Amino acid sequence: MTELSKSGAAVGEPTPASPAPTAFLEVRDLKVHFPTDDGLVKSVDGLSFQLEKGKTLGIVGESGSGKSVTSLGIMGLHTAGQYGKRKAQISGEIWLDGTELLSADPDHVRKLRGREMAMIFQDPLSALHPYYTIGQQIVEAYRIHHDVDKKTAKRRAVEMLDRVGIPQPDKRVDSYPHEFSGGMRQRAMIAMSLVNNPELLIADEPTTALDVTVQAQILDLIRDLQKEFGSAVIVITHDLGVVAELADDILVMYGGRCVERGPADKVFYEPRHPYTWGLLGSMPRLDREQQERLIPVKGSPPSLINIPSGCAFNPRCPYADLPKDNVTRTVRPELAEVGSRHWAACHLGTEQRERIWTEEIAPKL
Amino acid sequence: MSDDEKAVKIPAQAEGPTEGATLTKDAAPGEVLLKVTGLQKHFPIKKGLLQRQVGAVHAVDGIDFEVRSGETLGVVGESGCGKSTMGRLITRLLEPTAGKVEFQGKDITHLGVGGMRPLRRDVQMIFQDPYSSLNPRHTIGTIVGAPFKLQGVEPEGGIKKEVQRLLSVVGLNPEHYNRYPHEFSGGQRQRIGIARALALNPRLVVADEPVSALDVSIQAQVVNLLDDLQQELGLTYVIIAHDLSVVRHVSDRIAVMYLGKIVELADRDLLYKSPMHPYTKALMSAVPIPDPRRKNAKSERILLKGDVPSPISPPSGCRFHTRCWKATEVCKTTEPPLIELRPGQQVACHHPENFADQAPQDTVLLTAAKEAAELVADEVLAESAETSAAVAAEVAAEAAATPTEAAEPTEAAEPSEAAEPTEATEVAPEASEDDTPAKEK
Repeated sequence: MTELSKSGAAVGEPTPASPAPTAFLEVRDLKVHFPTDDGLVKSVDGLSFQLEKGKTLGIVGESGSGKSVTSLGIMGLHTAGQYGKRKAQISGEIWLDGTELLSADPDHVRKLRGREMAMIFQDPLSALHPYYTIGQQIVEAYRIHHDVDKKTAKRRAVEMLDRVGIPQPDKRVDSYPHEFSGGMRQRAMIAMSLVNNPELLIADEPTTALDVTVQAQILDLIRDLQKEFGSAVIVITHDLGVVAELADDILVMYGGRCVERGPADKVFYEPRHPYTWGLLGSMPRLDREQQERLIPVKGSPPSLINIPSGCAFNPRCPYADLPKDNVTRTVRPELAEVGSRHWAACHLGTEQRERIWTEEIAPKL
Repeated sequence: MSDDEKAVKIPAQAEGPTEGATLTKDAAPGEVLLKVTGLQKHFPIKKGLLQRQVGAVHAVDGIDFEVRSGETLGVVGESGCGKSTMGRLITRLLEPTAGKVEFQGKDITHLGVGGMRPLRRDVQMIFQDPYSSLNPRHTIGTIVGAPFKLQGVEPEGGIKKEVQRLLSVVGLNPEHYNRYPHEFSGGQRQRIGIARALALNPRLVVADEPVSALDVSIQAQVVNLLDDLQQELGLTYVIIAHDLSVVRHVSDRIAVMYLGKIVELADRDLLYKSPMHPYTKALMSAVPIPDPRRKNAKSERILLKGDVPSPISPPSGCRFHTRCWKATEVCKTTEPPLIELRPGQQVACHHPENFADQAPQDTVLLTAAKEAAELVADEVLAESAETSAAVAAEVAAEAAATPTEAAEPTEAAEPSEAAEPTEATEVAPEASEDDTPAKEK
């Protein structure tokens, strides 16, 4: 399998515009804009990150922060779909295992999709075709990338269903999606996405539609499968509990940009962005003593057509007035290193943030 | 019954202003406001040309609980456990199949639309989806003012003024009176829904997943708002939610539902510190903890086998026995009654966690239980056996010699009282308030 995928990557290698990165997946200054009648929706506006094989990146943010658009961008699903008559405007670079995807031939990207990179969607009922059996859908995904007969492919499908913990896989392979429960459908979808041993797996809110007990099963499954297959995983979620369970690195998105990125431990214990503080304070926690009150973030998420000038978070930030010269409202902060492999985009001084976190925020959590 | 109706209706309409109208019967905090006994709702399944009934979905299948004035009762459970149906039954948006719902001592189980109308003032509901629960063609003023018009109440200073006051109470700009729902964000819409529910100054507010459609940061705003309103207006809440951390934050007491039954009903702190029903324990262990340092502490998690069984033909005996790692023969045959094992903690289980075994003679595990136990870490099993044994020993010690201060000070008082119900269940389930009345009907 690995040799196949490597040869696949080698075939369509384009001449790189800038030096190819060393990381397995590297996204550089990705922008995804949608022209609409009301104006340009800047869903993702300059996002960069790297991910190594065998590691998990958690992308967190509220609805409309650009998490899902990022993942669809990596999969190359924006250019494929048209929005009315207008296409999404995508710029930047996405490097997957030495191949730049945005400038690559669409046919080549199609070969990679499902093979090198696969995706688990939020709602398995709408992501699975109601008209075909689970088996047929998995077989299709396998045969597109492997030249095998139907029998072999079906054996592979049964094997995968067994691997993701579906009971009696040889019988259930002939069931239709509606005959599965929510948790089983999600398992079937995971089986389908893993049937080609992809090296990059993107899970977009994989457990949001599921109950907690089923969620625990699925999270466990994703973790075990990652160990087994050694793939790189991107988990997109709004649930900080889920990222804490799965992710090695965390990227916090707000208004289409990354506001903080770093190892999970750092982001949870030494967060350096007021929005991250807000997220941590908003969340009732089972593992702590009862908080008297939650500390919500005031206001509501910004409109992506009219992103506030300066720091996108400034209208909701309790510390927006601390930096001098009204800089939070005029200058957009860039990501700056605040620790080893830890970046945050904020105008507040690093020591100032450290002090606010340790003195004001952390004791209340 | 008609007398009772008048008693509610007359003062309300005579006095006019809402405050005077609805707070006439001031209940002392702690008084039982809502009492539910043996409540059932079965949805028929019809098939064929003649639409014969071939079965029923046992959505709510015999539940008993009380809601006291001024408290918040949280109801948790997985999807399909009947918690929303329960909410709609107590607000009488659905007609119960059997059982009894009493509100302020008055039987409202089978009141018709007209009979319920005066009570609608006292019982209000907040819905889950702030997008579909507001009419897109009405302005906010019309939506929040509708309860006044429907009930024929003329608030002091006019409806508009009152609506604007309500909008400011829930943290919205009163000048938005003439705006339409689409002009608001999800969190703001939920506030509008809350303002509408509060319009007539209700006694009881039933909130069905009030925050689950909202983003984390907004969720906290609405949770805090509900908290503040309860303190200011002395509201009583029944909050239905699937998120255990939210429920812990808002509730005083919590009911855990599984397949149409309440399996555990306890004070918040007792429930979260020492859950007794294995299902409660599994449910709580499944919540992902936002703490990356605990990522590898997998041993604490109890994974349940498979899915929730179908409510069309729920399992015999204890409904959880098909997925429980402690299930024995008695669980398959006898339904455990919901009894108070510890003050403030009612549990329906033969082999509770953190407490003495209720059926110690029955030790042979079912095959399903053995499979289920494979998913539970040995540490958890060992710890649970230890605590059960310790509590059992305490109970025995308490029974043998009256007050010995040997045990831990906190635990000492509790088992002594709990020892009595233990015996009662082993003899016969006569203490069963849980399902017997429901089945007779």
